[in-house]
Amino acid sequence: MKIGVVTFPGSNGDTDCMEVLRETPGCEPVLLWHKSVDLEGADALVLPGGFAHGDYLRAGAIARFSPVMREVERFAASGGPVLGICNGFQVLTEAHLLPGALLRNREILFHCAWAHVRVSSTRSPWLAGIPEGSVLRLAVAHGQGKYYADGDTLQTLQERRQVALEYCDADGNLTPKSNHNGSERNIAAVTNESGNVLGMMPHPERSTDPLLGSADGRALFSSVVSALAGVGR
Amino acid sequence: MTVYSVSGEALREVALSEEEYRLAVGLLGREPNRLELGILGAMWSEHCGYKNSRPLLGLFPTEGPGVVQGPGENAGAVRLGGVLAAVFKVESHNHPSAIEPYQGAATGVGGIVRDIFTMGARPIALLNSLRFGPLEERENRRLLGGVVRGIGDYGNSLGIPTVGGEIGFSPSYNGNPLVNAMCVGIAPADGLVRGLAGQPGNVLLLVGADTGRDGIHGATFASVDDPQESHKGVIQVGNPFMEKLLMEACLELVGSPHVVGMQDLGAAGLTSSSVECAGRTGSGVEIDVSRVSRRERGMTPYDVMLSESQERMLLVVEPDGVESVRSIFEKWDLHSDVIGQVTGDGTLRVKDGDDVVCDLPIGLLTEDVPRYTRAGSPSVELKERRDADVSAVVAGVDHDPTGALLTLLSSPNIGSKRWVWSQYDHTIGTSTVLGPQHGDAAVMRVRQTGEGLAATMDCNSLHCYLDPYAGGVGAVVEAARNLACVGATPLGMTNCLNFGNPEKPEVYWHLSECVRGMADACRALDIPVVSGNVSLYNESGSEAVHPTPVVGMVGSLPQVETAVGIDWPEGAAVYLLTTGQEPVLGASEWLRVVAGQECGRPLSADPVAESSVHNLLGKCIGDGTILSAHDLSEGGLAVALAECCIRGGIGLDAPDWGGSDAPEQLFGEAHGRVVVSVSSEARTKLEAACESLGVLCESIGITRGESLRLGTVLQVPLADLQTAYDSALSTST
Repeated sequence: MKIGVVTFPGSNGDTDCMEVLRETPGCEPVLLWHKSVDLEGADALVLPGGFAHGDYLRAGAIARFSPVMREVERFAASGGPVLGICNGFQVLTEAHLLPGALLRNREILFHCAWAHVRVSSTRSPWLAGIPEGSVLRLAVAHGQGKYYADGDTLQTLQERRQVALEYCDADGNLTPKSNHNGSERNIAAVTNESGNVLGMMPHPERSTDPLLGSADGRALFSSVVSALAGVGR
Repeated sequence: MTVYSVSGEALREVALSEEEYRLAVGLLGREPNRLELGILGAMWSEHCGYKNSRPLLGLFPTEGPGVVQGPGENAGAVRLGGVLAAVFKVESHNHPSAIEPYQGAATGVGGIVRDIFTMGARPIALLNSLRFGPLEERENRRLLGGVVRGIGDYGNSLGIPTVGGEIGFSPSYNGNPLVNAMCVGIAPADGLVRGLAGQPGNVLLLVGADTGRDGIHGATFASVDDPQESHKGVIQVGNPFMEKLLMEACLELVGSPHVVGMQDLGAAGLTSSSVECAGRTGSGVEIDVSRVSRRERGMTPYDVMLSESQERMLLVVEPDGVESVRSIFEKWDLHSDVIGQVTGDGTLRVKDGDDVVCDLPIGLLTEDVPRYTRAGSPSVELKERRDADVSAVVAGVDHDPTGALLTLLSSPNIGSKRWVWSQYDHTIGTSTVLGPQHGDAAVMRVRQTGEGLAATMDCNSLHCYLDPYAGGVGAVVEAARNLACVGATPLGMTNCLNFGNPEKPEVYWHLSECVRGMADACRALDIPVVSGNVSLYNESGSEAVHPTPVVGMVGSLPQVETAVGIDWPEGAAVYLLTTGQEPVLGASEWLRVVAGQECGRPLSADPVAESSVHNLLGKCIGDGTILSAHDLSEGGLAVALAECCIRGGIGLDAPDWGGSDAPEQLFGEAHGRVVVSVSSEARTKLEAACESLGVLCESIGITRGESLRLGTVLQVPLADLQTAYDSALSTST
């Protein structure tokens, strides 16, 4: 299974993504430079974290015009699994592949910590292998991660089960305190309508070893490999 | 006497004395022109030329079997395991941060990161050591907030985790905060890149950002004492995105047979970088400033040569490799200018098109920098403070152990710095095993070998103020102890000497005594100093900052999994390990915070006795006997035990502890003291190891329950400890 990791100038989570993918059985990772217009036969795509194009203007606002993005859009439209992590999530919302927007954190400060999230929908192939209701411990590190969408959109997201992960306490309760960045309805991750595109602020690729604090993030990568094997892509 | 055409004002502008000017004219055989004078001033500044500190720096041991690169390069390097090297250095950005904290701190991080990747090393960790005036003052809150955001935004953007360091507060830093940044990188030991010019005919390639007027005279202004007055308009502005591209492109070029040398542009910009490269190989350089890409119109050769625009790099490339090297930069959308070449005549020749505008011998700018060894002596005020009757001060305090503990825990020097480090990305790179405040040192895993790389920064500036020799010894010994407490063995050291104006006898005395103490401790513990930085003239309103010789130390663990933090598990037996040194209250944090006095003498560490404690920790952490370890520093025993309770989330039950409630016992400070925890089955093993290594060990109690209970003198609920600890920086938010 070939998984492409898109590197924009200023991406900095690409190496960590490559590392976990290399360690995922059945997975062959490949780096895709942002100027590339060839996805090299990738079966799934990851847009990693970082500060693409320096996040100048607005996080993700310039990256959406990188040449590779036209191919990413085509790939997403054909149902291919796409995962945007942190800055990658911001790029996907700017490119309108995902609904909503990511605003400055409630405290207006960059925030690096460990956070718990509840898996609230497993429609995405990246989450299909994880039991619904599971609580994952994942690293978060962002300055602009407060998820925002208007009331109608939030309503629709919930009705269509597009809210994928929600910030919670260690027992899975959606508390105000666990909502560290002030996201609407504790939202940490959403999918597009058909579920193949997932954007999340937490970093599964950094949560891959108990020695570092958690290995819960590995499940997302093994999940997509199983899902792809299942549909024989 | 010869009358020179130069004005006193022109000399002041470049921070040269008349005597120095006379010396330079004598060596040169003529008066320098304006550009040459600017170059001379920059290269003869303390910042570039170390004219006051060089003789003292010679005291440091710089050699050892593990040293791959000693002082004199962009950064030092020590061997790490078999084939790898740890490359590291610390640098200050105090003066810029006093004026513009955000940009000052950000460009400080940018500068130290460039020093590391210039050596061909991939940066894997950042640390910082910060000092501010008290947070009750609004200006100090502005400085703290700006510095932290600047460090965070720059390091976070680069994707280098900021994993450790220290912060201290004292009125002596009002108006002159200290911002020291340290970076650690990893490279193949036999593949380091040096800042060399090599053969005549090699091409000088200037890469990265365009050159603007920012930072002109930064090096000279870092060498005068009133930053508020002198630094306006010379603050550099950082662009971490540019630096990230530059870093990736330069690291892609490591191993290229065409790259002869790399040198980053820091203080004094193109001038110092080209002179340093030429100086190291005994060659010359010729630069045509008209070929340098500029940010603004109308820049003179003077502006171009002395600009400190950030994110620029000088590469020395073999003539037939220029195109292949440039193609790598083009891939990263970076432009590069061929700005000159290496010559064989030992001069710095600057041209503006066809006109020669500067022609100076390289030796005049390097070896001929004047060196000053001054006479130092302690001030009367210091002697009074140092010799004050501490016991009389103690007797005047209405001693309340619980109240004092909570006061210390909520004081900014001791309490939680979470507000600061949660703004730093410390998990990127998936190698942070012990991050901020988790252990006594940060621990990174070295993916290639499974080893651990530990790093710490330490300095007790109150100790250094009251007894600079003991403070210098203490800074080194405490750094080594912090490494030992996570299970690591020291490999090498860097340092940043932050002092006031060395022309004042009391400042020079502090400087020379601190360095003497540090050097003696390094020799006793066998730790080589491989890089460093000096920042003098840290004064505001003619008052020097407390002497702050910050030690940055790296060490290694054979297997990173064995590293321990300060958090103890439930049901463990707690021991206090010591060298037998009895704690005192002189120069202690208790005396400062609870009694409101900065006085008395700190104890001097005994490095030999100390190393037996370090050896014990290395052995018993490595074999899994010790489950947690925390050294006793500011606040003594009670504070250290409280910190272990807070981090572990488990109380301490020590009903049989036989100590008294005397403040020396609870809050006194000494060296060589460490609190460790072991499983109840491992008690005899620990006791036997202590016996055989000559370490004293005292059983304290068992970890359990919801409070810190120490004999009959302390019983404080965990929740109260936590609340006090978390409130320390609440005024900053």
